[in-house]
Amino acid sequence: MSEKTTSSNKSFLNDAANRALIFQIVLLAIVVFVGYYLFSNLQANLADQGISTGFAFLNQPAGFPVLIHLIDYTEADTYGRAFAVALINTLVISLMGIVLATIIGVIMGLARLSSNWLVARLATVYIETLRNIPLLLQMFFWYFAVLAALPIPKNSIILGDFFLNKRGVYSPNPVTQDGFGLVIAGFVFSIIAAIALIVWAKKRQTRTGLWFPAYWSSLGMIVVITVLALVISGFPIEFELPQKSRFNVTGGMVLPPEFVAVLIALSTYTGAFIAEIVRAGILSVSWGQTEAARSLGLKDSLTQRLIVLPQALRVIIPPLTSQFLNLTKNSSLGAAIAYPELVAVVMGTTLNQTGQAIESIGLCMLVYGTLSLTISLFMNWYNKKMSLAER
Amino acid sequence: MAIEFKPSPSLPPPVRSVGAVAWVRQNLLSSPLNVFLTLFSVYILYLIIPPVVEWGIINASFDGESKADCTGSGACWSFIGVYFDQFMYGLYPSEETWRINLALIILVILIGVFAVKTVNKLYLSLVIILAYPIVAYFLFAGGVFGLEVVETSLWGGLFLTTLLGVVGIVTSFPLGVLLALGRQSNMPIAKSVCIVFIETIRAVPLITILFMASVMIPLFLPEGMNFNKLLRVLIGITLFSSAYMAEVIRGGLQAIPKGQYEAADASGLSYWQSMILVILPQALKLVIPGIVNTFIGLFKDTTLVYIVGMFDLLGRIQAATHDSNWLGTTMEGYAFAGFIYWAACFGMSRYSMRIERKLETGHKRN
Repeated sequence: MSEKTTSSNKSFLNDAANRALIFQIVLLAIVVFVGYYLFSNLQANLADQGISTGFAFLNQPAGFPVLIHLIDYTEADTYGRAFAVALINTLVISLMGIVLATIIGVIMGLARLSSNWLVARLATVYIETLRNIPLLLQMFFWYFAVLAALPIPKNSIILGDFFLNKRGVYSPNPVTQDGFGLVIAGFVFSIIAAIALIVWAKKRQTRTGLWFPAYWSSLGMIVVITVLALVISGFPIEFELPQKSRFNVTGGMVLPPEFVAVLIALSTYTGAFIAEIVRAGILSVSWGQTEAARSLGLKDSLTQRLIVLPQALRVIIPPLTSQFLNLTKNSSLGAAIAYPELVAVVMGTTLNQTGQAIESIGLCMLVYGTLSLTISLFMNWYNKKMSLAER
Repeated sequence: MAIEFKPSPSLPPPVRSVGAVAWVRQNLLSSPLNVFLTLFSVYILYLIIPPVVEWGIINASFDGESKADCTGSGACWSFIGVYFDQFMYGLYPSEETWRINLALIILVILIGVFAVKTVNKLYLSLVIILAYPIVAYFLFAGGVFGLEVVETSLWGGLFLTTLLGVVGIVTSFPLGVLLALGRQSNMPIAKSVCIVFIETIRAVPLITILFMASVMIPLFLPEGMNFNKLLRVLIGITLFSSAYMAEVIRGGLQAIPKGQYEAADASGLSYWQSMILVILPQALKLVIPGIVNTFIGLFKDTTLVYIVGMFDLLGRIQAATHDSNWLGTTMEGYAFAGFIYWAACFGMSRYSMRIERKLETGHKRN
């Protein structure tokens, strides 16, 4: 008995659980202490500089212009409004970038696997070149070397109804007339009907084994109904064309060079990474699967759609998610060429004018954190949906 | 009388099935779609290659002192020649650049000594990791042995790019190992501290971290205590890459079979002994390619320091193209920078692929 007590006295530190406990208490103490120390320094410094903390500055007038704004914005608006404008700019460029990069990536990934030697080589060169050059350099290249070298508006390059010059890309701007509501209603209705048709076809196939060409017929249905609505309402859409006067181009939809440069750079750069992911995903499906599908008598298109693609997607989706996240985060590089996105507006101009460093940077980190979380939640859900239903 | 059977000599294979013709038929023209794709690719090559060759070589000018000396309609490569020292060393005084070269030569020699079989590799590694950085620092910054002091604000160009990348990756490595071990441990507090750190860093872009380093670190420090911008940016880069490094190393830790952990425990090794002697040597070997990839990413990301006002290779080129003597040379500058970054990153990725093949032993589930 006494022996046991001595041994337990001796072994208090010998017990791994106790050591872990002590270690963690020390760690927690260090974290809390360092946090407190930094925080108290911060408060002292802020008090010295006469900066009041808090988000009240968001209600003050900003007084600076934001060149690209999709919602109304003037210099008289508040910092909060400027923040919203910047947030929308970030979201727009990320979303468009993701769509374009995916398209480029899939095309280039398939091209690299092509049996055509020349096509495969070209795709390889594309991928290996873009992947190994920093994104910022590529953005500078598009903005300062390519788009800035375009002619002045007087000598715009004309491609049909499109004009290219230093001030950006001018394209026809669709303007809706009265009665366009009918077209939209027809379009929405046809999509609902198409979804219903696909669901019905799937159910019937599971029940009876009878197959129905639901995808083609629903595509046809959407086109027919929308065109019909257009005809009935008398084509209530007009294109406002850009007009070239002697010295300038006016009207139409203008895509500023900053936007074009960021979009091209982001989507081609990320596209190169996605191409490698797509290639790896397709190669991961063993050739036996394709052979088995053929011996079952499936056509090549069906083999790809029903056998290869679902299995490849399982491999593709997780790394694809991180590429989407990277693209969203990389959109912050637009700040370097004055595309007014979150970092440029909030951590650049707002921070410089108000000195609210903690709030500005915190706000940016919060937004990027939320975006990352949203994208990964969505992709995890999609991944779960696509993953193997194991019994 | 036996008739001797004499086969006539076999015909050569049809010309369509051997040699260049067959190769072209199989690889370029095997189907109507492929014919179309081949023609399309040739058209794209036709659009790209002749103008680039014309601009870069045929019509280019290779010497001169300013843009005005570039008489050709093509590239003006003398721009690169004139600014070459700035692109390499930044504003480092030109009579002192031998110090950077010397540090590089010492490093190359030390790494070369690794190939000598009789050298104790442990001591050599310790020299490289512990002694070399001190020597290099005093060579770069000066102030001892009569070396002239060179302010860090003058450091720049490819020198700064390499410095940021190498220091970032080397210092983030031990931090990454600790974070990975913490994330894998079964101590709840240590684990959550590591997870929060790693996931926060990975959720935000490097730019925000760099802004934080250059704007916010001074706010968090007591009055009077401040350190220079290069060091702040280095801290930011280290914290950033340590989170990514931790995830790479965690991958390696997870790939080690459970039996190894159990065997180490059963041998009576303590936690640190089992990690250092059994688990980490195997796990780190597995993730060398991943570490190289992290380094490639970091090397490319160092360009972002330009946004917080430091002049690395890209920053110096950006500054040089605004020189009024050399207006209109952006394309040449970007081509040069692009080539350097491309060569470095492509080389490293090939190297990591080679290591991957060489190390492909064991632990691979079939």
